[in-house]
Amino acid sequence: MLEMQNVTKAYRTDLLETHALREFSLKVEKGEFVAVTGPSGSGKTTFLNVAGLLETFDSGSYRLDGEDVSRLGDDARSQVRNRRIGFIFQSFNLIPDLDVFDNVDVPLRYRRLPAAERRERIDAALELVGLASRRKHLPSQLSGGQQQRVAIARALAGDPALLLADEPTGNLDSLMARQVLDLLEQINEMGTTIVMVTHDPELARRAHRNVQVIDGQVTDYKPYEPSSATVTPLHPAVAGGASRA
Amino acid sequence: MFAYDLKLAIDSLKRTPGLSALMALAIALGIAVCAVTITIYHAVSSNPIPHRSQVLHAVTLDTWDVDRPYDEDEPENPPTLLTYRDATTLYGSGAAPRSLIMYKSGDLMLPERAGVKPFHATLRITTHEFFAMFDVPFQHGGGWDAAADAGPQPLAVLSAETNDKLFGGDNSVGRTVKIGSTEYRVAGVLEPWAPSPKFFDLNNGVFEDPEDVYLPFGWGRVLELPVHGNTQCWKSENQSSYTDFLNSECVWLQAWAELPDARARERYQAHLDNYARSQKATGRMQRPLNNRLYDVEQWLERNEVVSRDNRVLLGIAFLFLGVCLVNVVGLLLAKFLNAAPLTGLRRALGASRRDVVRQHVTEVLLLGLAGGVLGILLAIGGLAGIRMLYDDEYTRASYERLTAVDPVVVLATLALSVLAGIVAGLYPSWRIGRTAPAVYLKSQ
Repeated sequence: MLEMQNVTKAYRTDLLETHALREFSLKVEKGEFVAVTGPSGSGKTTFLNVAGLLETFDSGSYRLDGEDVSRLGDDARSQVRNRRIGFIFQSFNLIPDLDVFDNVDVPLRYRRLPAAERRERIDAALELVGLASRRKHLPSQLSGGQQQRVAIARALAGDPALLLADEPTGNLDSLMARQVLDLLEQINEMGTTIVMVTHDPELARRAHRNVQVIDGQVTDYKPYEPSSATVTPLHPAVAGGASRA
Repeated sequence: MFAYDLKLAIDSLKRTPGLSALMALAIALGIAVCAVTITIYHAVSSNPIPHRSQVLHAVTLDTWDVDRPYDEDEPENPPTLLTYRDATTLYGSGAAPRSLIMYKSGDLMLPERAGVKPFHATLRITTHEFFAMFDVPFQHGGGWDAAADAGPQPLAVLSAETNDKLFGGDNSVGRTVKIGSTEYRVAGVLEPWAPSPKFFDLNNGVFEDPEDVYLPFGWGRVLELPVHGNTQCWKSENQSSYTDFLNSECVWLQAWAELPDARARERYQAHLDNYARSQKATGRMQRPLNNRLYDVEQWLERNEVVSRDNRVLLGIAFLFLGVCLVNVVGLLLAKFLNAAPLTGLRRALGASRRDVVRQHVTEVLLLGLAGGVLGILLAIGGLAGIRMLYDDEYTRASYERLTAVDPVVVLATLALSVLAGIVAGLYPSWRIGRTAPAVYLKSQ
């Protein structure tokens, strides 16, 4: 699913060069749930940004779902982000003046799907995260856990092959964090590959595999053992009915 | 996708109502100043008879004092009017395929219609070619012929407004009008007709309405109708009678010739110069040969219908629009960068740079349109304000024509405002489109 080979990424100013990723190599198989851990400034978020095609890198190679995405142009990168990757952020990143339905609609708009199909996908995604009855609510009218579930619905509505989560429970209390994690596990069981950056060891323990990053390099790497995953298909409107356009 | 961009643009404008209003107002102010200036410039610079402007020529002869030019500031310019002697001789020569001579006069109109009081009517005393040469439209009847000029025959052509006033808009051809002590039979009634600028008589109010009544040229001499316009004299002469006036060196007649091509123009120019030479032999026209023909556009330029001030004002107006736009660029940059986290989020969710730029350009288009509409309303108010500055009827009438809201200018202004919006918004939109999505995601 995700294969990075010797990826390097440095941030440069006139005076300073900071190496965020050094010879970073990682392989994530389809259906895996991987937790990426490491201290602050170790390069976890840079890895996630590069994996999500939000940032370019200086050297190395990156294959996503079998395709080399190392040197794609902006349009193609945007299309890959839109169609194959879902993002979940620590601070939810919902658009405050859009209601739940319209927030989930955002990525589908950029895919230029017909209205009926968008509605079907949004309904299915909100159903999956248990917020079908809140579609007309604004983010400010929801709890933190509900907001994160809306963000998950937004990521799922596009039927992504890869879900990238950056500290998805970082802003939640323990009860809500557990609910969100249960939901992520459920989504993973449905076949979606998840890569999650976290500080939380308990959260990391619930992933299939932990990858530790220190100083921009993977220091603790164990290959994936497929027997640990049980694959259940996603909701038909999200996965089956609508093809991965 | 445009509908979605439009929705996002409206949402974005609603999110910052104060800032949006300020930007629309900045565009509106610039547009309003431009629209007012363009309206006036357009009125003074438009060609009033484009399809014949190359053919019609104002005729001038340098009959002025040998010791000083007609125009001290621009000594190369001959007088704009002719003496009666020269005008009638040139007209009678038949050297041009078609020509006319004329002047403006006035007399008391004595209406027969009950309830219409006598009024001072402006008269154009002209040879019969006036109507055909200047393509004047008739709603009833027509003009007169050369015999009527020479007679002169008591015929008159009424303007549409005069016909409305005297006959309630009926077909008055064949009916009688009394002007001064003379009765004239109505030969024709014009359609509403008011070329602007009034190119055929720039001596008597560039934006004035055409005359109320047109009379055959011969009536001027017979009735000794006075000149209501410029009469310029350079020589001290005894003028104790109208005949003395006609024989004087004073210039007061307008002359036009229809010269369909360059060859006709050359021939007529040669005719003018030969005539001037013949007059030199009699002791007149002692200045160097300087007889000129001006087509309509040259004539407008020669008479400085579009003054240098107009051009400078136009430049200043656009400069002001530029200053407004620079402010809008600054405000847009601040607004867009303030909303950059949202843009970063949209980029992360699949919006391409092109999507982002298009979305923001849609917003500035909307802003430009709003600024344009507001600017046009301000401009209409501004033009009305200019009209109100002038109390006297004569000046106000001129300014009403000058400051009339022109649909072409309104459309051009709307286009200009949209263009201004794009110009102001392109850089901020491009700049926000270049934003790396990851930069703002943490701060969202």
